[in-house]
Amino acid sequence: MTLLHIRNLSVDFATASGQFRAVDGVDQDVNESEILAIVGESGSGKSVSMLAVMGLLPWTATVTADELTFDGQDLLTMDPRARRKIVGKDLAMIFQEPMSSLNPCFTVGWQIREALRVHLGMGRRERQARAIELFEQVGIPDPEKRLSAFPHQMSGGMNQRVMIAMAIACKPKLLIADEPTTALDVTIQAQILDLLASLRDETGMGLVLITHDMGVVAETAERVSVQYAGQKIEEQPVVPLFETPHHPYTSALLDALPERATEKRLPTIPGVVPGQFDRPAGCLFSPRCQFANAKCKAEAPRPSSIELGHARCFYPLNSNERAAS
Amino acid sequence: MLNYALSRLLTFIPTFIGVTLISFSFIRALPGDPIQVMAGERGISDERYAELAKQFGYDRPIYVQFWDYLTGVLQGDLGNSFVTKRPVWDEFFALFPATLELSICAMIFAVALGLPAGVIAAVNRGKFFDRALMSTALVGYSMPIFWWALLLIIVFSGNLQWTPVSGRIDLLYYFPDPTGFMIIDSLASGQKGAFTSAMRHLILPTIVLGTIPLAVIARQTRSAMLEVLGEDYIRTARAKGMSPGRINGIHALRNALIPVITVIGLSVGTLLAGAILTETIFSWPGIGKWMVDSIFRRDYPVVQGGLLLIAVMVMIVNLTVDMLYGVINPKIRKR
Repeated sequence: MTLLHIRNLSVDFATASGQFRAVDGVDQDVNESEILAIVGESGSGKSVSMLAVMGLLPWTATVTADELTFDGQDLLTMDPRARRKIVGKDLAMIFQEPMSSLNPCFTVGWQIREALRVHLGMGRRERQARAIELFEQVGIPDPEKRLSAFPHQMSGGMNQRVMIAMAIACKPKLLIADEPTTALDVTIQAQILDLLASLRDETGMGLVLITHDMGVVAETAERVSVQYAGQKIEEQPVVPLFETPHHPYTSALLDALPERATEKRLPTIPGVVPGQFDRPAGCLFSPRCQFANAKCKAEAPRPSSIELGHARCFYPLNSNERAAS
Repeated sequence: MLNYALSRLLTFIPTFIGVTLISFSFIRALPGDPIQVMAGERGISDERYAELAKQFGYDRPIYVQFWDYLTGVLQGDLGNSFVTKRPVWDEFFALFPATLELSICAMIFAVALGLPAGVIAAVNRGKFFDRALMSTALVGYSMPIFWWALLLIIVFSGNLQWTPVSGRIDLLYYFPDPTGFMIIDSLASGQKGAFTSAMRHLILPTIVLGTIPLAVIARQTRSAMLEVLGEDYIRTARAKGMSPGRINGIHALRNALIPVITVIGLSVGTLLAGAILTETIFSWPGIGKWMVDSIFRRDYPVVQGGLLLIAVMVMIVNLTVDMLYGVINPKIRKR
């Protein structure tokens, strides 16, 4: 069943030099107990679109969408009070910087019990018991002692586990993880990803993994959505995406993976993501695309069929192989 | 924590000697001396002057006088007042409760209004309330205390007759004062109307003395809150579905309090300085008025001793503030 249903989501930021469109007409579905990865470079709007779902954008942002529903409830027309009952309970999020995402003035136990009290109204004893249980679940040793620690007394990996424990405290239906491993070192990264995947298996919650790391995607995700400059440009299940990417950008990203390199020098994608002032008229990727022609530069492509991974491209790659098989 | 407190206490010693030196030389730099003031307008013969100077020890070199004073102070002897002949120590502690009562009320007034005002301004940044509040705070901060006091007296005591003009309590009431705090003593005395009278006398001095700290606290709270509200953990609190009231009042304010506490501590110094003016205007029988009177009388021991004790109070308050940081922010406690 579809948990999160997004149609034509756009987010505009009011800046000193005018409107800036950070997310541009994104469609996205997330199903129950699936792991969806949203991949893209910095500035591709992957975090912003999910922050819009959470309602965490600053007041300078304007969110528009044709449809934005979570678990059958319309988030667009919902008043803030009702939305706060969902956010943090059924819909939870963890962030990139575990060290600065926890309040330095309160013990981690306090911060977890707070969520339990506000959303579930548990008694003092129950809250403490549940907090200990959560710490065990996310693999924090010696939970009773750790609950009374402050964030600065723990490592980054431990703090991210605390963040995860806090996010899953009220048994959410969907957990959004915004680059949860970027600030951590590689061995801890793997542990956190394993933890997230195993929590999904235990609880059956949906998991959205925002990342720019194709390695993380390959290891963890089931379905992948690729974003570029605020648009979703391709979406496929993970195995076909790696085998037969349809959008030239996806293909270029995969070519840039060290594991796939065939030459001594790693291939790169020339140029950078367009910003506020150099947004191309046609396909947003056309200035950097090796296949782009005059049509690409003049006209914006629509998403193609599901067989071609909804690729926003006039000339999707691997279309023959797909048709033949 | 204890080691830290002790090491901080050690730094008091040079400050203490410095303050002693400054207060000692400051009062002597003023023209005139106690003997001339005592002699009054009739004047005094040179022989009699020399005799008295010898008696008080003013004929000796200035550094000897200072050494005498310093050794006296270190033994707990601040000397006797020239005018009343009573020990400075006794006089100070007889009058200090009045100043303390006024200062505490002024501080409560400043914190109780300044903290919420700063929080509300920060949350409504750039909107009408924020602008109005911050310009009012600037006016409050820039206003001369004596002028503001006179203005309030004219309006509330003169025109409206809501509050008394001066003093701590109506002359109708008389009762023992075991604590020296008029609010407590009047309540303990059980006399009808005494407590109300004491409160009514407190209102205007409290407002006058609390205005500058109020302005400073409001502005500091606002800027600290603005900084904290941009932090990642505020986003986390919102992602947890916490209400704006809870986020601003608990998650953000606790972090914003650290710079605010510093300002509150520093305000205590300003408060005692302001108390001198405020007490004089409202005839408040505290150490401020006592100090001013003593300066006019060139009562050397009182001025020296009073300044020293005020300085020690300020030092103790600032030490307390430093200790409080650790209570509020566990990160500082660790270091």
